[in-house]
Amino acid sequence: MAREVVITGVGVVAPGGIGSKPFWDLLVSGRTATRTITHFDASPYRSTIAAECDFDAAAEGLTSEEAGRLDRATQFAVVATREAVGDSGLDAAELDPYRTGVTIGSAVGCTTSLEREYAVASHGGRDWLVDPDLAVPHLYDYYVPSSMAAEVAWTVGAQGPCSVVSTGCTSGLDAVGHAVRLIEEGSADVMVAGGTDAPISPITVACFDAIRATTPRNDEPATASRPFDRSRNGFVLGEGCAVFVLEERERARARGAHVYAGVGGFASRCNAFHMTGLRPDGKEMAAAIETALVEAGVAADEVSYINAHGSGTKQNDRHETAAFKKALGAHAHRTPVSSIKSMIGHSLGAIGSVELAACALAIENGAIPPTANLHEPDPECDLDYVPLVAREAQLDVVLSVGSGFGGFQSAMVLTGPGRAER
Amino acid sequence: MNAAVVTGIGVVAPNGMNTEEYWNATLTARSGIGRITRFAPDGYRATLAGEIRGFDPAAHLPGRLVPQTDHSTRLSLVAADEAVRDAGLDIGELPEYGVGVVTANSAGGFEFGHQELDNLWRKGPEYVSAYQSFAWFYAVNTGQISIRHGLRGPGGVLVSDEAGGLDALAQARRLLRRGLSAVVTGAVDGSLCPWGWIAQTATGQLSAAEDPRLAYRPFDEEAAGFVPGEGGAMLVLEDEAAARKRGAPGVRGRILGHAATFGPKPGTVPPDDATALRRAIELALADAGADARDIDAVFADAAGVPDLDRAEATALTAVFGGRELPVCVPKTLTGRLCAGAGPLDVATALLALRDGVLPPAVHTRPSPRYGLSVVVGRPRELRMRAVLVVARGLGGFNSAMVVGGSH
Repeated sequence: MAREVVITGVGVVAPGGIGSKPFWDLLVSGRTATRTITHFDASPYRSTIAAECDFDAAAEGLTSEEAGRLDRATQFAVVATREAVGDSGLDAAELDPYRTGVTIGSAVGCTTSLEREYAVASHGGRDWLVDPDLAVPHLYDYYVPSSMAAEVAWTVGAQGPCSVVSTGCTSGLDAVGHAVRLIEEGSADVMVAGGTDAPISPITVACFDAIRATTPRNDEPATASRPFDRSRNGFVLGEGCAVFVLEERERARARGAHVYAGVGGFASRCNAFHMTGLRPDGKEMAAAIETALVEAGVAADEVSYINAHGSGTKQNDRHETAAFKKALGAHAHRTPVSSIKSMIGHSLGAIGSVELAACALAIENGAIPPTANLHEPDPECDLDYVPLVAREAQLDVVLSVGSGFGGFQSAMVLTGPGRAER
Repeated sequence: MNAAVVTGIGVVAPNGMNTEEYWNATLTARSGIGRITRFAPDGYRATLAGEIRGFDPAAHLPGRLVPQTDHSTRLSLVAADEAVRDAGLDIGELPEYGVGVVTANSAGGFEFGHQELDNLWRKGPEYVSAYQSFAWFYAVNTGQISIRHGLRGPGGVLVSDEAGGLDALAQARRLLRRGLSAVVTGAVDGSLCPWGWIAQTATGQLSAAEDPRLAYRPFDEEAAGFVPGEGGAMLVLEDEAAARKRGAPGVRGRILGHAATFGPKPGTVPPDDATALRRAIELALADAGADARDIDAVFADAAGVPDLDRAEATALTAVFGGRELPVCVPKTLTGRLCAGAGPLDVATALLALRDGVLPPAVHTRPSPRYGLSVVVGRPRELRMRAVLVVARGLGGFNSAMVVGGSH
């Protein structure tokens, strides 16, 4: 019999709250956590808004050594991992190290620390031949982001397969998808999987400025992220992390674990079109959705909620709306769709996992988080985007999708804990 | 179950810019290691690298791709082109979503990123390239290869330092098992810019030697670090039945088994602890359905750092006992290519299996205390059925792969 995978633990670091409970409370309140950037003086930039985490490393249990050495995104991952493992009720001492693995998604790795150290080693940007005597001893850990997965593995004592998955803005979904495959094929029984990014730094803000991907709605930071709205004009950069404990279903059942959801299906496709552009027909995303549904053994009309990529760029929201219609047919018009990026911004390689956490919590709590700031839908985006107010709903089949630079399109299906898959 | 067969190989290496040129250089012990020329390395803690010199991207790639790509991405595209050509892959004849791309990376398009950090910090935000958002990140090579060849199946990118390249090939094999026809997979890596260089030298594992003959001597009593380099290999991996059905021009070999493990936190075990690496090798053999006796040679990770050499030797001797198993280190001619190292070793292993000859390591005088039969001096002729490739990444990443010949 095929091995199935369930989510038994959730940990979240997000704008508006550290921990899965504050995260969920924010989502169902419809409040937003986007604001004027405080991490650095962003006034010279085109877009000066971000969704920042109010994260105090010491208060979250990190030592001063860890806070000094680990990139902010790695700190998020360690904190979320501890929450997820605690939540799962797993006793780390009872884990078989070689049957426990780690996959962490990240689009830009330790970019914030790299930039900070670059500024030091180049004397504020003056010297191309950066000064080796000014390099911190752990610079290589920032240079190769597999250090993030290593740190998580050490946190839980995992010695099975361990990797960072870095497929741009689908990293957070793809990392979980990769972990699911490793459990299914028998390479691991437990995977600690998730996504993390903390990209709010000058170089990242500048690179999205350069292609006008982020919104310049600087005078209205709290309402700047407007997925599916007619007035949307770019995404709001965010940061955050979500980590899951994934287990083989029978193992979870045997230990009486609480199951948030089953991971029924996963698929990814490339659009082979453009590094940043999307074809308006949403064909490859639709193909990913169709394959994920088939794998989950559910019909398109059984989908009860779609957590959209919903970045709030002109092209993304149209692309995605077309993909939902293509994959779900008429049922797309009956399916609630929402984008939590309206509240917590777009945390690049983390967001796929953060959105998946929202899906797991939506199933758990019987509610759909809304799309904030959606007052006037774009006529080309004509689905039910759950504007402004959360909605109660019993959710049995939930779809989460992601789309990223490089052409990556991914889809994952979560099923309610009681539903026997396949 | 059908095997994952390699039908195409593409190589870019410091000692050869295509498969056969590299293989000839490897068998004749032509080294690509020398003093860095891309920037003045005076004053840095290491000055030697396996550099790819004289590469003219415009001769290989469309002009529009040049300004939007890092050096390492251009090299990846060249290797992928060769692999696709070698496999005779006609994408139009394959299922619409039937061909994927999986690459590994260590630091992305780091030199491109360095240039844009320089633009930002020296001149200001408005000078940052419109390509920065994707040219430097870790996913770039998979994205660009997918676009260039119209590959619309699953895309993947793994980062597990120097172990990542083998992990990418293993992921490609996993996708084939799930029904894909073919995957373009591997890694081409390296960042020989000042900013990348100080990150690499910060590990303290790079050789400070200035004489290329003394710099990288794994398993030698005098081992004192390694030389990094740039390059790697891309492969076309196919489902055997799918390859046969389309009439692939040739099978270069097979990926028979793989496993990855991760080591315990440094400081909790001795630095030469071999337990997790040994486990990876044993699991890879089990995955291949092979016994230790089925392995005819090993392509070693060969860190050139005494504790790490000792750990690898301990793991190999534990698995293979007292056998006179040949151990190859062709990377003594190229340096360690980070994520590119594993796929290049797999490509080299496939060529060795094809020609019945094992390439020699140079400059190293293997110490008897390691108990390894390192192939040195000249190539060794040997008919082989299967070889083991080992790769390790900083922090404890272990990856082991069993590679078989075409029959």
